[in-house]
Amino acid sequence: MRQFKDNLLRVLIWLSAFLSVAVLVMIVGFIFYKGIGLINFNFIFGDYSPDGGGGIWPMIVTTIYTVLISLVIATPIGILAAVYLQEYAKQGRLVRLIRFATESLTGIPSIIYGLFGAVFFVTTLKLGMSILAASLTLTIIVLPVIIRTTEEALKTVPRSYREGSLALGTTKLQTLYKVILPSSMPGILSGIILSVGRIVGESAAIFLTAGTVAAMPDGILSSARTLTVHAYLVTQESGDIELAAAVGIVLIVLILAINLSATYISKKFNKATNK
Amino acid sequence: MEQRKEASIINVRDLNLFYGEKQALFGVDLAIQEKEVTALIGPSGCGKSTFLRTLNRMNDLIDGVKITGDVVIDHENIYRSNDVIKLRTKVGMVFQKPNLFPMSIYDNVAYGPRMQGIKNKKELNIIVEDSLRSAAIWDEVKDRLKTSALGLSGGQQQRVCIARAIAMKPDIILMDEPTSALDPISTLKIEELITNMKKDYTIVIVTHNMQQAARISDKTAFFLNGEIVEYDDTDNIFSTPQDQRTEDYVTGRFG
Repeated sequence: MRQFKDNLLRVLIWLSAFLSVAVLVMIVGFIFYKGIGLINFNFIFGDYSPDGGGGIWPMIVTTIYTVLISLVIATPIGILAAVYLQEYAKQGRLVRLIRFATESLTGIPSIIYGLFGAVFFVTTLKLGMSILAASLTLTIIVLPVIIRTTEEALKTVPRSYREGSLALGTTKLQTLYKVILPSSMPGILSGIILSVGRIVGESAAIFLTAGTVAAMPDGILSSARTLTVHAYLVTQESGDIELAAAVGIVLIVLILAINLSATYISKKFNKATNK
Repeated sequence: MEQRKEASIINVRDLNLFYGEKQALFGVDLAIQEKEVTALIGPSGCGKSTFLRTLNRMNDLIDGVKITGDVVIDHENIYRSNDVIKLRTKVGMVFQKPNLFPMSIYDNVAYGPRMQGIKNKKELNIIVEDSLRSAAIWDEVKDRLKTSALGLSGGQQQRVCIARAIAMKPDIILMDEPTSALDPISTLKIEELITNMKKDYTIVIVTHNMQQAARISDKTAFFLNGEIVEYDDTDNIFSTPQDQRTEDYVTGRFG
Protein backbone atom coordinates (compact mmCIF):
# COMPACT_ATOMS: atom_id res chain seq x y z
CA MET A 1 0.00 0.00 0.00
CA ARG A 2 2.78 2.41 0.94
CA GLN A 3 4.58 1.49 -2.22
CA PHE A 4 1.43 2.23 -4.19
CA LYS A 5 0.95 5.63 -2.54
CA ASP A 6 4.54 6.49 -3.23
CA ASN A 7 4.18 5.61 -6.90
CA LEU A 8 0.90 7.48 -7.19
CA LEU A 9 2.46 10.60 -5.73
CA ARG A 10 5.41 10.29 -8.04
CA VAL A 11 3.12 10.08 -11.07
CA LEU A 12 1.14 13.11 -9.84
CA ILE A 13 4.28 15.18 -9.33
CA TRP A 14 5.60 14.17 -12.72
CA LEU A 15 2.27 14.94 -14.35
CA SER A 16 2.07 18.40 -12.78
CA ALA A 17 5.57 19.23 -13.93
CA PHE A 18 4.83 17.93 -17.40
CA LEU A 19 1.57 19.84 -17.59
CA SER A 20 3.09 23.18 -16.69
CA VAL A 21 5.88 22.77 -19.21
CA ALA A 22 3.46 21.49 -21.84
CA VAL A 23 1.21 24.53 -21.48
CA LEU A 24 4.17 26.85 -21.92
CA VAL A 25 5.42 24.96 -24.95
CA MET A 26 1.93 24.92 -26.43
CA ILE A 27 1.38 28.67 -26.06
CA VAL A 28 4.78 29.61 -27.38
CA GLY A 29 4.42 27.02 -30.15
CA PHE A 30 1.02 28.33 -31.14
CA ILE A 31 2.20 31.94 -31.24
CA PHE A 32 5.26 31.04 -33.28
CA TYR A 33 3.30 28.77 -35.61
CA LYS A 34 0.75 31.48 -36.33
CA GLY A 35 3.02 34.46 -36.45
CA ILE A 36 6.44 33.45 -37.69
CA GLY A 37 5.37 33.80 -41.31
CA LEU A 38 4.97 37.55 -40.92
CA ILE A 39 8.28 38.19 -39.21
CA ASN A 40 10.85 39.82 -41.44
CA PHE A 41 13.14 42.81 -41.32
CA ASN A 42 10.55 45.22 -42.62
CA PHE A 43 7.94 44.01 -40.14
CA ILE A 44 10.17 44.80 -37.19
CA PHE A 45 12.01 47.90 -38.36
CA GLY A 46 9.52 49.34 -40.82
CA ASP A 47 7.18 52.21 -40.10
CA TYR A 48 3.54 51.39 -39.55
CA SER A 49 0.97 51.93 -42.25
CA PRO A 50 -2.76 51.65 -41.61
CA ASP A 51 -3.52 49.50 -44.65
CA GLY A 52 -2.30 46.43 -42.80
CA GLY A 53 1.18 46.29 -44.27
CA GLY A 54 4.20 47.96 -42.80
CA GLY A 55 6.04 47.33 -39.59
CA ILE A 56 5.69 47.71 -35.85
CA TRP A 57 8.80 49.77 -35.16
CA PRO A 58 6.76 52.66 -33.62
CA MET A 59 5.22 50.23 -31.10
CA ILE A 60 8.61 48.79 -30.20
CA VAL A 61 9.97 52.29 -29.64
CA THR A 62 6.93 53.24 -27.57
CA THR A 63 7.30 50.11 -25.44
CA ILE A 64 10.96 50.85 -24.82
CA TYR A 65 10.12 54.45 -23.91
CA THR A 66 7.53 53.40 -21.32
CA VAL A 67 9.89 50.84 -19.81
CA LEU A 68 12.75 53.31 -19.51
CA ILE A 69 10.73 56.24 -18.17
CA SER A 70 8.82 54.13 -15.65
CA LEU A 71 12.00 52.51 -14.36
CA VAL A 72 13.92 55.79 -14.15
CA ILE A 73 11.21 57.13 -11.86
CA ALA A 74 10.20 53.99 -9.98
CA THR A 75 13.62 52.47 -9.22
CA PRO A 76 15.14 55.26 -7.09
CA ILE A 77 11.86 55.97 -5.28
CA GLY A 78 11.25 52.28 -4.67
CA ILE A 79 14.75 51.59 -3.36
CA LEU A 80 14.75 54.64 -1.11
CA ALA A 81 11.31 53.75 0.25
CA ALA A 82 12.44 50.18 0.98
CA VAL A 83 15.61 51.43 2.67
CA TYR A 84 13.52 53.73 4.84
CA LEU A 85 11.08 50.98 5.78
CA GLN A 86 13.75 48.39 6.47
CA GLU A 87 16.66 50.38 7.89
CA TYR A 88 15.44 53.66 9.31
CA ALA A 89 11.76 53.55 10.24
CA LYS A 90 10.92 52.56 13.76
CA GLN A 91 9.10 49.25 13.32
CA GLY A 92 5.62 50.07 14.51
CA ARG A 93 2.10 51.08 13.51
CA LEU A 94 3.08 53.47 10.72
CA VAL A 95 5.46 51.02 9.04
CA ARG A 96 2.87 48.25 9.25
CA LEU A 97 0.37 50.58 7.63
CA ILE A 98 2.76 51.48 4.80
CA ARG A 99 3.55 47.79 4.24
CA PHE A 100 -0.14 46.94 4.18
CA ALA A 101 -0.73 49.74 1.67
CA THR A 102 2.05 48.65 -0.69
CA GLU A 103 0.89 45.05 -0.44
CA SER A 104 -2.66 46.04 -1.27
CA LEU A 105 -1.42 48.08 -4.22
CA THR A 106 0.02 44.95 -5.84
CA GLY A 107 -3.38 43.28 -5.73
CA ILE A 108 -5.38 45.99 -7.49
CA PRO A 109 -6.36 45.18 -11.09
CA SER A 110 -4.45 47.31 -13.54
CA ILE A 111 -7.57 48.75 -15.15
CA ILE A 112 -8.17 50.64 -11.89
CA TYR A 113 -4.70 52.18 -12.18
CA GLY A 114 -5.57 53.01 -15.77
CA LEU A 115 -8.72 54.84 -14.71
CA PHE A 116 -6.82 56.73 -12.05
CA GLY A 117 -4.10 57.64 -14.55
CA ALA A 118 -6.67 58.78 -17.08
CA VAL A 119 -8.29 61.06 -14.53
CA PHE A 120 -5.22 62.30 -12.66
CA PHE A 121 -2.28 62.35 -15.07
CA VAL A 122 -4.14 62.79 -18.35
CA THR A 123 -6.82 65.24 -17.25
CA THR A 124 -5.94 66.90 -13.97
CA LEU A 125 -2.22 67.30 -14.67
CA LYS A 126 -3.04 68.04 -18.30
CA LEU A 127 -0.45 65.60 -19.65
CA GLY A 128 -2.95 64.41 -22.20
CA MET A 129 -2.96 60.89 -23.58
CA SER A 130 0.77 60.48 -23.70
CA ILE A 131 3.72 58.22 -23.11
CA LEU A 132 4.53 60.25 -20.00
CA ALA A 133 1.05 59.80 -18.52
CA ALA A 134 1.25 56.06 -19.19
CA SER A 135 4.74 55.83 -17.73
CA LEU A 136 3.68 57.62 -14.55
CA THR A 137 0.75 55.25 -14.21
CA LEU A 138 3.08 52.30 -14.73
CA THR A 139 5.42 53.76 -12.12
CA ILE A 140 2.65 53.44 -9.55
CA ILE A 141 1.99 49.89 -10.70
CA VAL A 142 5.58 48.68 -10.34
CA LEU A 143 6.54 50.72 -7.27
CA PRO A 144 5.18 48.14 -4.79
CA VAL A 145 7.03 45.38 -6.65
CA ILE A 146 10.33 47.21 -6.36
CA ILE A 147 9.73 48.14 -2.73
CA ARG A 148 8.87 44.57 -1.74
CA THR A 149 11.76 42.88 -3.52
CA THR A 150 14.24 45.47 -2.28
CA GLU A 151 12.99 45.02 1.28
CA GLU A 152 13.37 41.26 0.99
CA ALA A 153 16.87 41.72 -0.44
CA LEU A 154 17.87 44.05 2.41
CA LYS A 155 16.55 41.52 4.93
CA THR A 156 18.85 38.81 3.59
CA VAL A 157 22.02 40.85 4.21
CA PRO A 158 23.62 39.13 7.21
CA ARG A 159 23.62 41.07 10.46
CA SER A 160 27.31 40.33 10.73
CA TYR A 161 28.02 42.61 7.74
CA ARG A 162 26.29 45.51 9.43
CA GLU A 163 28.05 44.86 12.72
CA GLY A 164 31.39 44.39 11.00
CA SER A 165 31.05 47.68 9.21
CA LEU A 166 29.72 49.69 12.13
CA ALA A 167 32.39 48.28 14.44
CA LEU A 168 34.96 49.89 12.14
CA GLY A 169 33.67 53.31 13.03
CA THR A 170 31.53 53.92 9.99
CA THR A 171 28.28 55.81 9.91
CA LYS A 172 24.98 54.15 9.16
CA LEU A 173 24.87 55.80 5.74
CA GLN A 174 28.37 54.57 4.83
CA THR A 175 27.44 51.05 5.92
CA LEU A 176 24.29 51.20 3.86
CA TYR A 177 25.98 52.57 0.79
CA LYS A 178 29.16 50.49 0.83
CA VAL A 179 28.08 47.15 2.27
CA ILE A 180 24.34 46.65 2.53
CA LEU A 181 23.15 47.95 -0.84
CA PRO A 182 25.92 46.23 -2.86
CA SER A 183 25.21 42.88 -1.23
CA SER A 184 21.50 43.18 -1.85
CA MET A 185 21.98 44.23 -5.47
CA PRO A 186 21.07 40.84 -7.03
CA GLY A 187 17.73 40.92 -5.21
CA ILE A 188 17.07 44.51 -6.20
CA LEU A 189 17.91 43.68 -9.81
CA SER A 190 15.46 40.79 -9.85
CA GLY A 191 12.78 43.21 -8.65
CA ILE A 192 13.60 45.50 -11.55
CA ILE A 193 13.41 42.58 -14.00
CA LEU A 194 9.99 41.67 -12.61
CA SER A 195 8.95 45.27 -13.12
CA VAL A 196 10.11 45.27 -16.72
CA GLY A 197 7.96 42.20 -17.34
CA ARG A 198 5.03 43.90 -15.70
CA ILE A 199 5.46 47.07 -17.78
CA VAL A 200 5.94 45.30 -21.10
CA GLY A 201 2.99 43.04 -20.38
CA GLU A 202 0.62 45.78 -19.25
CA SER A 203 -2.11 46.78 -21.67
CA ALA A 204 -5.29 48.02 -19.97
CA ALA A 205 -3.64 50.84 -18.02
CA ILE A 206 -1.63 51.97 -21.04
CA PHE A 207 -4.63 51.85 -23.32
CA LEU A 208 -6.38 54.36 -21.06
CA THR A 209 -3.44 56.71 -20.57
CA ALA A 210 -1.30 56.63 -23.71
CA GLY A 211 -4.06 56.10 -26.22
CA THR A 212 -3.75 54.15 -29.40
CA VAL A 213 -2.07 56.41 -31.96
CA ALA A 214 -0.23 54.08 -34.30
CA ALA A 215 2.61 56.30 -35.31
CA MET A 216 6.16 57.06 -34.32
CA PRO A 217 5.95 59.16 -31.11
CA ASP A 218 7.34 62.71 -31.46
CA GLY A 219 8.37 62.76 -27.84
CA ILE A 220 7.21 61.61 -24.45
CA LEU A 221 4.20 63.90 -24.56
CA SER A 222 2.70 62.38 -27.66
CA SER A 223 0.11 59.65 -27.66
CA ALA A 224 1.37 56.29 -28.85
CA ARG A 225 0.71 52.57 -28.93
CA THR A 226 2.74 49.89 -27.19
CA LEU A 227 3.18 46.35 -28.47
CA THR A 228 0.57 44.84 -26.16
CA VAL A 229 -2.01 47.48 -26.99
CA HIS A 230 -1.25 46.91 -30.67
CA ALA A 231 -1.77 43.16 -30.33
CA TYR A 232 -5.05 43.78 -28.55
CA LEU A 233 -6.33 46.27 -31.13
CA VAL A 234 -5.27 44.18 -34.11
CA THR A 235 -7.20 41.21 -32.77
CA GLN A 236 -10.13 43.36 -31.78
CA GLU A 237 -10.45 45.38 -34.99
CA SER A 238 -9.51 43.05 -37.79
CA GLY A 239 -9.41 39.67 -36.12
CA ASP A 240 -5.99 39.21 -37.66
CA ILE A 241 -4.66 36.52 -35.35
CA GLU A 242 -1.52 36.04 -37.40
CA LEU A 243 -0.51 39.67 -37.07
CA ALA A 244 -1.26 39.62 -33.34
CA ALA A 245 0.80 36.44 -32.99
CA ALA A 246 3.70 38.08 -34.84
CA VAL A 247 3.56 40.96 -32.34
CA GLY A 248 3.48 38.30 -29.63
CA ILE A 249 6.71 36.79 -30.93
CA VAL A 250 8.40 40.17 -30.76
CA LEU A 251 7.13 40.61 -27.19
CA ILE A 252 8.37 37.19 -26.09
CA VAL A 253 11.79 37.74 -27.64
CA LEU A 254 12.00 41.22 -26.13
CA ILE A 255 11.23 39.98 -22.63
CA LEU A 256 13.61 37.05 -23.03
CA ALA A 257 16.37 39.42 -24.14
CA ILE A 258 15.76 41.77 -21.20
CA ASN A 259 15.76 38.88 -18.71
CA LEU A 260 18.91 37.36 -20.14
CA SER A 261 20.78 40.65 -20.12
CA ALA A 262 19.63 41.34 -16.56
CA THR A 263 20.81 37.91 -15.44
CA TYR A 264 24.10 38.58 -17.19
CA ILE A 265 24.48 41.94 -15.46
CA SER A 266 23.66 40.51 -12.05
CA LYS A 267 26.13 37.66 -12.60
CA LYS A 268 28.81 40.14 -13.56
CA PHE A 269 27.94 42.11 -10.48
CA ASN A 270 28.22 39.04 -8.29
CA LYS A 271 31.59 38.26 -9.75
CA ALA A 272 32.82 41.75 -9.01
CA THR A 273 31.84 41.43 -5.37
CA ASN A 274 32.33 37.74 -4.64
CA LYS A 275 35.23 36.49 -6.67
CA MET B 1 44.22 48.44 43.91
CA GLU B 2 44.73 52.20 43.64
CA GLN B 3 47.86 51.70 41.59
CA ARG B 4 46.04 49.43 39.21
CA LYS B 5 43.47 52.12 38.51
CA GLU B 6 46.21 54.53 37.47
CA ALA B 7 47.42 52.31 34.64
CA SER B 8 44.04 51.11 33.48
CA ILE B 9 42.77 52.20 30.08
CA ILE B 10 39.23 50.96 30.60
CA ASN B 11 37.38 51.68 33.82
CA VAL B 12 33.93 50.26 34.31
CA ARG B 13 31.96 51.27 37.39
CA ASP B 14 28.64 49.89 38.52
CA LEU B 15 27.48 48.93 35.06
CA ASN B 16 23.92 47.63 34.75
CA LEU B 17 22.39 46.56 31.47
CA PHE B 18 18.77 45.76 30.71
CA TYR B 19 17.22 44.09 27.68
CA GLY B 20 13.80 45.65 28.07
CA GLU B 21 12.67 44.45 31.53
CA LYS B 22 15.28 41.74 31.84
CA GLN B 23 18.50 42.70 33.57
CA ALA B 24 21.58 41.10 31.99
CA LEU B 25 24.45 42.79 33.84
CA PHE B 26 24.48 43.59 37.54
CA GLY B 27 26.78 46.29 38.92
CA VAL B 28 29.88 45.28 36.99
CA ASP B 29 33.14 46.92 38.13
CA LEU B 30 36.25 46.27 36.11
CA ALA B 31 39.55 48.02 35.46
CA ILE B 32 41.40 46.80 32.39
CA GLN B 33 45.13 47.40 32.07
CA GLU B 34 46.82 48.87 29.07
CA LYS B 35 48.68 46.49 26.74
CA GLU B 36 47.57 43.36 28.47
CA VAL B 37 45.28 40.58 27.43
CA THR B 38 42.20 40.38 29.61
CA ALA B 39 40.05 37.28 29.28
CA LEU B 40 36.36 37.17 30.14
CA ILE B 41 35.25 33.64 30.98
CA GLY B 42 32.04 32.07 32.22
CA PRO B 43 29.24 29.76 31.16
CA SER B 44 26.91 30.55 28.24
CA GLY B 45 24.50 33.37 28.94
CA CYS B 46 26.53 34.77 31.82
CA GLY B 47 26.76 38.20 30.19
CA LYS B 48 30.39 38.17 29.11
CA SER B 49 29.64 38.91 25.45
CA THR B 50 27.06 41.48 26.42
CA PHE B 51 29.63 43.15 28.62
CA LEU B 52 32.22 43.14 25.83
CA ARG B 53 29.75 44.83 23.53
CA THR B 54 29.16 47.65 25.97
CA LEU B 55 32.79 48.65 25.50
CA ASN B 56 32.29 49.78 21.89
CA ARG B 57 28.57 50.44 22.25
CA MET B 58 27.57 47.65 19.88
CA ASN B 59 24.57 47.06 22.13
CA ASP B 60 23.22 50.37 20.84
CA LEU B 61 22.14 48.47 17.73
CA ILE B 62 19.67 46.38 19.71
CA ASP B 63 16.26 47.88 20.43
CA GLY B 64 15.29 48.28 24.05
CA VAL B 65 18.73 48.09 25.63
CA LYS B 66 19.17 50.35 28.66
CA ILE B 67 22.48 50.97 30.35
CA THR B 68 23.34 52.64 33.66
CA GLY B 69 26.75 53.20 35.21
CA ASP B 70 30.02 54.44 33.81
CA VAL B 71 32.38 53.11 31.18
CA VAL B 72 35.46 55.30 31.01
CA ILE B 73 37.86 54.59 28.19
CA ASP B 74 40.98 56.69 27.97
CA HIS B 75 39.53 59.29 30.38
CA GLU B 76 36.33 59.61 28.43
CA ASN B 77 32.95 58.45 29.64
CA ILE B 78 31.73 56.76 26.48
CA TYR B 79 28.05 56.79 27.43
CA ARG B 80 28.14 60.54 28.11
CA SER B 81 29.68 61.38 24.78
CA ASN B 82 27.69 60.89 21.62
CA ASP B 83 30.58 60.29 19.30
CA VAL B 84 30.11 56.56 18.74
CA ILE B 85 32.10 56.77 15.49
CA LYS B 86 35.20 58.08 17.25
CA LEU B 87 34.82 55.47 20.00
CA ARG B 88 34.67 52.63 17.47
CA THR B 89 37.74 53.86 15.63
CA LYS B 90 39.59 53.63 18.95
CA VAL B 91 38.03 50.36 20.05
CA GLY B 92 38.12 47.72 17.31
CA MET B 93 36.25 44.44 17.35
CA VAL B 94 36.69 40.92 16.04
CA PHE B 95 33.59 38.75 15.99
CA GLN B 96 32.81 35.12 16.71
CA LYS B 97 32.50 34.16 13.07
CA PRO B 98 34.69 35.76 10.43
CA ASN B 99 32.53 38.47 8.87
CA LEU B 100 34.54 39.77 5.96
CA PHE B 101 32.58 41.71 3.37
CA PRO B 102 32.04 40.24 -0.11
CA MET B 103 34.93 42.26 -1.53
CA SER B 104 38.59 41.66 -2.24
CA ILE B 105 41.04 41.10 0.60
CA TYR B 106 42.57 44.49 -0.09
CA ASP B 107 39.23 46.28 -0.04
CA ASN B 108 38.28 44.61 3.21
CA VAL B 109 41.38 45.80 5.02
CA ALA B 110 41.25 49.24 3.39
CA TYR B 111 37.53 49.59 4.19
CA GLY B 112 37.86 51.32 7.55
CA PRO B 113 40.63 53.77 6.57
CA ARG B 114 38.78 54.62 3.35
CA MET B 115 35.63 55.38 5.29
CA GLN B 116 37.73 57.71 7.43
CA GLY B 117 38.53 59.62 4.26
CA ILE B 118 41.96 58.25 3.36
CA LYS B 119 42.10 58.14 -0.43
CA ASN B 120 45.82 58.24 -1.19
CA LYS B 121 46.70 54.97 -2.85
CA LYS B 122 50.24 54.78 -1.49
CA GLU B 123 49.04 55.46 2.01
CA LEU B 124 46.36 52.78 1.71
CA ASN B 125 48.87 50.29 0.30
CA ILE B 126 51.09 50.83 3.31
CA ILE B 127 48.22 50.50 5.78
CA VAL B 128 46.98 47.29 4.12
CA GLU B 129 50.42 45.69 4.05
CA ASP B 130 51.28 46.70 7.62
CA SER B 131 47.94 45.48 8.92
CA LEU B 132 48.17 42.14 7.14
CA ARG B 133 51.74 41.71 8.40
CA SER B 134 50.67 42.49 11.95
CA ALA B 135 47.94 39.89 11.63
CA ALA B 136 50.52 37.33 10.41
CA ILE B 137 48.66 36.69 7.17
CA TRP B 138 50.62 38.83 4.69
CA ASP B 139 52.70 35.98 3.27
CA GLU B 140 49.63 33.86 2.63
CA VAL B 141 47.64 36.52 0.80
CA LYS B 142 50.13 38.95 -0.71
CA ASP B 143 49.75 37.42 -4.20
CA ARG B 144 45.97 37.45 -4.12
CA LEU B 145 45.07 40.76 -2.52
CA LYS B 146 42.63 41.57 -5.31
CA THR B 147 40.71 38.28 -5.09
CA SER B 148 37.60 37.79 -3.00
CA ALA B 149 38.23 37.54 0.71
CA LEU B 150 35.49 34.93 0.94
CA GLY B 151 37.70 32.44 -0.91
CA LEU B 152 40.03 32.15 2.09
CA SER B 153 39.77 29.45 4.74
CA GLY B 154 37.97 30.25 7.98
CA GLY B 155 41.17 30.72 9.92
CA GLN B 156 42.67 32.95 7.26
CA GLN B 157 39.47 34.98 7.12
CA GLN B 158 39.56 35.53 10.86
CA ARG B 159 43.16 36.80 10.65
CA VAL B 160 42.12 39.17 7.85
CA CYS B 161 39.32 40.32 10.19
CA ILE B 162 41.99 41.07 12.77
CA ALA B 163 44.00 42.92 10.10
CA ARG B 164 40.89 44.88 9.21
CA ALA B 165 40.53 45.93 12.84
CA ILE B 166 44.25 46.76 13.09
CA ALA B 167 44.03 48.96 9.98
CA MET B 168 42.07 51.47 12.05
CA LYS B 169 45.05 51.76 14.41
CA PRO B 170 42.87 51.28 17.48
CA ASP B 171 44.11 51.36 21.07
CA ILE B 172 41.90 48.49 22.13
CA ILE B 173 40.73 45.39 20.31
CA LEU B 174 37.72 43.47 21.55
CA MET B 175 37.45 39.82 20.57
CA ASP B 176 34.24 37.90 20.95
CA GLU B 177 35.18 34.20 20.99
CA PRO B 178 37.33 34.69 17.89
CA THR B 179 38.37 31.05 17.62
CA SER B 180 35.09 29.31 18.41
CA ALA B 181 34.40 28.64 14.72
CA LEU B 182 37.94 27.52 13.88
CA ASP B 183 39.92 24.29 13.79
CA PRO B 184 42.70 23.67 16.37
CA ILE B 185 45.58 24.69 14.07
CA SER B 186 43.93 27.96 13.07
CA THR B 187 43.10 28.53 16.73
CA LEU B 188 46.74 28.10 17.66
CA LYS B 189 47.80 30.64 15.04
CA ILE B 190 45.31 33.20 16.33
CA GLU B 191 46.44 32.61 19.90
CA GLU B 192 50.06 33.22 18.91
CA LEU B 193 48.97 36.32 17.10
CA ILE B 194 47.13 37.65 20.14
CA THR B 195 50.19 37.11 22.32
CA ASN B 196 52.31 39.06 19.84
CA MET B 197 49.74 41.82 19.48
CA LYS B 198 49.62 42.77 23.12
CA LYS B 199 52.80 44.82 22.91
CA ASP B 200 50.85 47.26 20.76
CA TYR B 201 47.24 46.82 21.78
CA THR B 202 45.05 46.32 24.77
CA ILE B 203 43.04 43.17 24.12
CA VAL B 204 39.84 42.08 25.78
CA ILE B 205 38.81 38.59 24.76
CA VAL B 206 35.71 36.59 25.54
CA THR B 207 36.37 32.88 25.46
CA HIS B 208 34.53 29.70 26.18
CA ASN B 209 37.75 27.86 26.33
CA MET B 210 39.43 27.98 29.72
CA GLN B 211 42.69 26.58 28.45
CA GLN B 212 42.75 29.41 25.96
CA ALA B 213 42.24 31.97 28.70
CA ALA B 214 45.00 30.35 30.72
CA ARG B 215 47.37 30.29 27.75
CA ILE B 216 47.03 33.80 26.44
CA SER B 217 45.66 36.18 29.06
CA ASP B 218 47.30 38.24 31.80
CA LYS B 219 44.11 38.90 33.73
CA THR B 220 40.92 36.91 33.86
CA ALA B 221 37.45 37.94 34.91
CA PHE B 222 34.96 35.21 35.75
CA PHE B 223 31.35 36.10 34.96
CA LEU B 224 28.34 34.32 36.38
CA ASN B 225 24.70 35.35 35.96
CA GLY B 226 25.59 38.86 34.86
CA GLU B 227 28.03 39.56 37.69
CA ILE B 228 31.78 39.40 38.01
CA VAL B 229 32.52 36.76 40.60
CA GLU B 230 36.26 37.16 40.56
CA TYR B 231 38.84 39.22 38.71
CA ASP B 232 42.54 38.68 39.18
CA ASP B 233 45.79 37.71 37.51
CA THR B 234 45.11 34.72 35.28
CA ASP B 235 47.61 32.59 37.21
CA ASN B 236 45.75 33.22 40.45
CA ILE B 237 42.35 32.54 38.93
CA PHE B 238 43.47 29.14 37.71
CA SER B 239 45.74 28.11 40.61
CA THR B 240 44.32 29.72 43.72
CA PRO B 241 40.82 31.08 43.07
CA GLN B 242 39.34 32.92 46.05
CA ASP B 243 35.73 32.12 45.34
CA GLN B 244 34.30 28.61 45.50
CA ARG B 245 32.24 29.20 42.32
CA THR B 246 35.34 30.23 40.37
CA GLU B 247 37.11 27.10 41.53
CA ASP B 248 34.15 24.94 40.53
CA TYR B 249 34.06 26.52 37.10
CA VAL B 250 37.77 26.45 36.28
CA THR B 251 38.08 22.88 37.44
CA GLY B 252 35.22 21.97 35.13
CA ARG B 253 32.60 21.12 37.71
CA PHE B 254 29.99 23.13 35.80
CA GLY B 255 29.65 25.33 32.73
